[in-house]
Amino acid sequence: MSGKQESISIWFFIGSLLAFYGLLILGYGVYALVWPPATRPVLAELHADVWWGALLVAVGVFYCIKFFPKRAK
Amino acid sequence: MTLLPCLLVAAPASRLISLGGVDLVIIVAYFAIVLGIGFYLKKRASTGEDFFLAGREMTAWIAGLSFLSANLGSLELMGWAGAAYQYGILATHWYWIGAIPAMLFLAIVMMPFYYISKTHSVPGYLQLRFGEPARALSAATFAVMTVLMSGINMYAMALVMKVVLGWDINFSIWVASLTVAAYVALGGLRSAIFNEVLQFMLIWLGALLIPILGLIEAGGWSGLQSRIAANLGSGSYTHLWSTMGSFTDNPMGIHWTGIVLGLGWVISFGYWTTDFLVVQRLLAAKDLRSAKLAPAIGAAFKMMVPFIVILPGLLGLALLPPGMLIPEGEASKIVGAHSYNEVLPLMLARYCGPGLLGLGITALIAGFMSGMAGNVSAFATVWSYDIYRAFIRKKAPDAHYVRMGRWSTILGVLASIGTAYLVMQFKSIMDYVQALFSFFIAPLFGTVLLGMLWKRATPAGGFWGLLAGTASSIAMWVWVKLDPQALAVVALSSDAKPMAENMYRALWSWLVCVGVTVVVSYMTQPKPLSELQGLVYGCTEVPSEKHLPLVKRPIFWAVVVAAVFAVLNVLFW
Repeated sequence: MSGKQESISIWFFIGSLLAFYGLLILGYGVYALVWPPATRPVLAELHADVWWGALLVAVGVFYCIKFFPKRAK
Repeated sequence: MTLLPCLLVAAPASRLISLGGVDLVIIVAYFAIVLGIGFYLKKRASTGEDFFLAGREMTAWIAGLSFLSANLGSLELMGWAGAAYQYGILATHWYWIGAIPAMLFLAIVMMPFYYISKTHSVPGYLQLRFGEPARALSAATFAVMTVLMSGINMYAMALVMKVVLGWDINFSIWVASLTVAAYVALGGLRSAIFNEVLQFMLIWLGALLIPILGLIEAGGWSGLQSRIAANLGSGSYTHLWSTMGSFTDNPMGIHWTGIVLGLGWVISFGYWTTDFLVVQRLLAAKDLRSAKLAPAIGAAFKMMVPFIVILPGLLGLALLPPGMLIPEGEASKIVGAHSYNEVLPLMLARYCGPGLLGLGITALIAGFMSGMAGNVSAFATVWSYDIYRAFIRKKAPDAHYVRMGRWSTILGVLASIGTAYLVMQFKSIMDYVQALFSFFIAPLFGTVLLGMLWKRATPAGGFWGLLAGTASSIAMWVWVKLDPQALAVVALSSDAKPMAENMYRALWSWLVCVGVTVVVSYMTQPKPLSELQGLVYGCTEVPSEKHLPLVKRPIFWAVVVAAVFAVLNVLFW
């Protein structure tokens, strides 16, 4: 109760990892959009990496904000 | 509950997938965070209650997701996707009737006794209810089987990594198992549970794109059905029950009685209600309501797992060239051939480019590690409490048992690694260990069920019933091995496949266990009722939930899940 840090929620760890993964996947997806690679997976025209990466970022940021470790008052 | 034998004979053909830099960063980040969680939680694992029961402070959601995640090994995912390619939608029975009724029964009927008795383990409950002999038999078998199963899983996973990614087997075994050993030994059950929740999320987010993109390519469910019917010349691959009237009408060679009584009753109830690997997660719940709600939450997600496991197998049947995947035995003889069990990574490679591929592979690794952590943490508890403290050193300070828990975690992992190398040399061991594990599950369910619901069951009845059930299961297995004609007796049909034999053997051994327990109990003196309080129905006051709003009652959610389960079975009839 004297400014000691509360324990970090598992959901914060999950949010951080998902946001990081989302940024990587979204980043690569945008890169592939601009410079398409020689070999592409089936349905590459749907750009799953862009929207799936964006979804991971959104979910990750939501968890990070909602479960951000707070200091006890 | 696993398809390891099929996975292990898969041929190490050319690698299926090549990873890029971004994929490797994703995998390395995963290892870093699971280790980080272990180090972070070390300070919160100083007492026995903390280390072995996670302080009994988990919410229903965390306990429920962890309960399911401990069962969601990547070999399960790949094995059942392969089974769906081989048997069609029939493989879904292992996720629906083979799990949901048992999970709900555990939630509503059995969990109060496990929780109120304050036991730390399933063998611990047997000790309270039937005495030391039943506990000793249960604990010793569980400890040995857990280590062996963990080692076999480890080897199978390393083999999969070699086939899929071309990774060295030794590298996969040592890196993955030492990581699991580190985070479980540091943070105990809390660390295992927290990582299982993380792994659960990764499994879903890494695997979910395959069915989404697959259904788009196939033209939805109706497009998938018509493509499979056109490729195979049969519509039976997309129906759950309509082909189960005869052993010969379906590719699994099984009758509906085997599925309902063998899988849906004995094997499923045995695994989900008495296997300490999964039950341990529920004992860590913060209160009885959370402990009852957790299996209902797990059941709701379990019902959805076929979407990421069975559907990719069906998509393989619909979208891959017919005959591209062949039985394991044949694939092992042809260079470059792919077996049924490679359908999940093949579909992953079909739709996922760099980044998404790394996420999918991380999902497989996460699945493996969650299953292994489940085995290791359960082993450490049973060893420390039910063997070491019960029979070797009865009175020692709490800190001594926590140290023993940490060391037994590490020794359990090392023993698993030893088993992995043993299996590498003698692959036939795996068949025997699989069978050994199945010998124990069905009779144990009979013993625990009678112990919880029948006051008259005596300590002698419990012990001899468990022993007789296990012995009869072994005897039936040996009988069929020595005389294949015996299959017609054990499994009721000479057309029965190995899976069907397992179903019926489980059913008979359960009946033997129950029969012997009843007979011996009537011949021996029961415990006084005062000693059965908190352990048996009729002697235990289960706290009422009538003061709670309907949406907070576990029974409400169990009914909702049961209703959805019934609707799904009718929809895919």
